[in-house]
Amino acid sequence: MTDTTTTASVGAPKAGFSLQSIFRRPEAGAAAGFVIILIFFGYFGAQNNFLTALGTSTWLNFASKVGIIAIPVGFLMIAGEMDISVGALIPAGGIVLAMATELYGFNIWVSVLLSLAIAGAIGWVNGMLVTRTKVPSLIVTLATLFVVAGLNIFVSKKLAGTTQHSLPDAGPVSEFLFGDYHTLQFGSDDASFVIFQSLQSSFFIWIVFAAICFFILHMSPWGNWIAAMGGDQQSARNAGIPTNRLKIALFMLSAMAAALVGMTEAVLANTASTTTQFGMIFNSIICVVVGGVLLTGGFGTVTGIVFGTLTFGIVFQGINFTTFDKDLNLLFIGALLLIAVLMNETFRKMATNWSSSKK
Amino acid sequence: MSANAPILALRGVNKSFGPIDVLHDINLEVRAGEVLCLLGDNGAGKSTLIRILSGVHQPTSGTIEMDGQSVGFPTPRAAADKGIATVHQFGGTFPLMSIGRSFFVGVEPTKGWGPFKTYDRKKANEIAVKAVQDFGITRIDDGDRLVGGLSGGERQSLAIARAVHFGARVLILDEPTAALGVKQAAHVLRIVNEAKRRGLAVIFITHQVMHAMAVGDHFAVLIRGAVAADFKKGEKTREQITDLMAGGETMADLEATIEGYMASHDGHPPPPSH
Ligand SMILES: Nc1ncnc2c1ncn2[C@@H]1O[C@H](COP(=O)(O)OP(=O)(O)OP(=O)(O)O)[C@@H](O)[C@H]1O
Ligand SMILES: [Mg+2]
Repeated sequence: MTDTTTTASVGAPKAGFSLQSIFRRPEAGAAAGFVIILIFFGYFGAQNNFLTALGTSTWLNFASKVGIIAIPVGFLMIAGEMDISVGALIPAGGIVLAMATELYGFNIWVSVLLSLAIAGAIGWVNGMLVTRTKVPSLIVTLATLFVVAGLNIFVSKKLAGTTQHSLPDAGPVSEFLFGDYHTLQFGSDDASFVIFQSLQSSFFIWIVFAAICFFILHMSPWGNWIAAMGGDQQSARNAGIPTNRLKIALFMLSAMAAALVGMTEAVLANTASTTTQFGMIFNSIICVVVGGVLLTGGFGTVTGIVFGTLTFGIVFQGINFTTFDKDLNLLFIGALLLIAVLMNETFRKMATNWSSSKK
Repeated sequence: MSANAPILALRGVNKSFGPIDVLHDINLEVRAGEVLCLLGDNGAGKSTLIRILSGVHQPTSGTIEMDGQSVGFPTPRAAADKGIATVHQFGGTFPLMSIGRSFFVGVEPTKGWGPFKTYDRKKANEIAVKAVQDFGITRIDDGDRLVGGLSGGERQSLAIARAVHFGARVLILDEPTAALGVKQAAHVLRIVNEAKRRGLAVIFITHQVMHAMAVGDHFAVLIRGAVAADFKKGEKTREQITDLMAGGETMADLEATIEGYMASHDGHPPPPSH
């Protein structure tokens, strides 16, 4: 073992952009997967308008709702926890909003805050149960999933006598922000140049939310705490990280994000239903895992989760643009998950061993 | 305070888990700039002893003194705050974190203000790399490397450099060389010597007598939870220490038993007993 190195000088910043520096990044797998899937469906779906602004909006709108939930669920997974109660918090967010405005005549913004507050309280209960008892979060949130699902129906029927609530007029500003279709094009008719078409408000919420979460996870010191907590809970606590409070905050964040998605759906559709969205539980987990988050905690990136969500959105919606049999859809999703997990494993190894190869 | 007063001392410490007595009447002292080697067979109670020193367990009776004052370590955090740093066998526990980030876990350097404070990656990397290089690990030159990509010895060194950087006075190493090859182990032993040169008190746990003799100033052998021997460097030979660790049964006795067995079994060695 010699102590001579021929490489870069001490602590010198690495020279900008290089192929190697891309492969060092564990989220490169998720990005590469997205590009491959985009090319694949772009090719097979080209005739059916997959690549047009309207076609793109189809899967982006779908992806945005999963995406808003996937990021905080991903945070929890990085911190070594799970949250599957989101499936019941989506309808909870919608029906609270609808009942507060329609039944009790609250101002829409008061209702939005109320809905977020109730979701936050449920997230707080999740967090308290997980940190105070040592019951695994999968079980705790499985229990609250059913408790909240039951409450959704029970309270709805008791207060409003129905499980389907209408939300006819949310007001122009809240419609615009929560549930509307947005189009940006220059010129008109034949000479028009479309930037985007029929994108739902939830897409823009997702982008802003992802940017904020990127800041939290990768730029603020909190991100380090979240990863440390999932890497080794005991060491993180000994290093002075308030692990319990941080975990409770993360459960509150995921519950509120789910309620937010429920509200965007309610405002868009002008109705809110108590139906529990079991599918969204799996969808959000798939996005997170495809995005390269380590299931056992300790590692993950927002960029990765966003790419994972985009990939999932294309695979889920893209088949409708191709000539493939639609019945193969779920098979595609399963295959995607398997391939993504294997690929992420490889990229993580490359990132870990990166420096050994330059010896 | 005289230069040679112990930083940390155990006075008549006992520990039992329910009906199981694990430690009996332990008296030990460590001084600044001194390496105390804690030796003993599997299950002798070495790990239990250091868990008491690092605040994981509380002694059933007896006292811990720091700088002559009786102290308690109700939590690992309390022990860490008093300058007791424990490094476990695999060193860094965050394999998918960069060197800079794992070095500063919980005390990240930041720049900016208010809610927009950001983690200062450049500063963290520079300080971490410098701290490790000061310990002679010049092969680590990039703070963005992931801890998981370091060798076992480098990880140990990183953990030790971190403890020293954050002002540890007592460094506890639980079998730091156990999983390492000869060169890597030598590396860690050099780091231990460097920590000692900087005036830290080091408690070094090992099964390998050679490693203990390479760095130790003071040795304590635990047998079934009691201090069976407590001696200074040069007072005992390697054979004597090995015999002590085997629990009083001398190596010569063991060899005689094995030879006797082989003689009566057509030269086959005895099967392993566990
Ligand atoms: N929490 C506990 N509850 C009950 N018994 C325990 C507990 N912790 C340790 N022991 C017992 O105390 C004894 C000493 O264990 P300890 O881990 O301290 O040994 P050690 O000297 O570190 O051994 P090794 O060399 O194998 O690491 C063992 O017999 C063990 O079974
Ligand atoms: Mg042990």
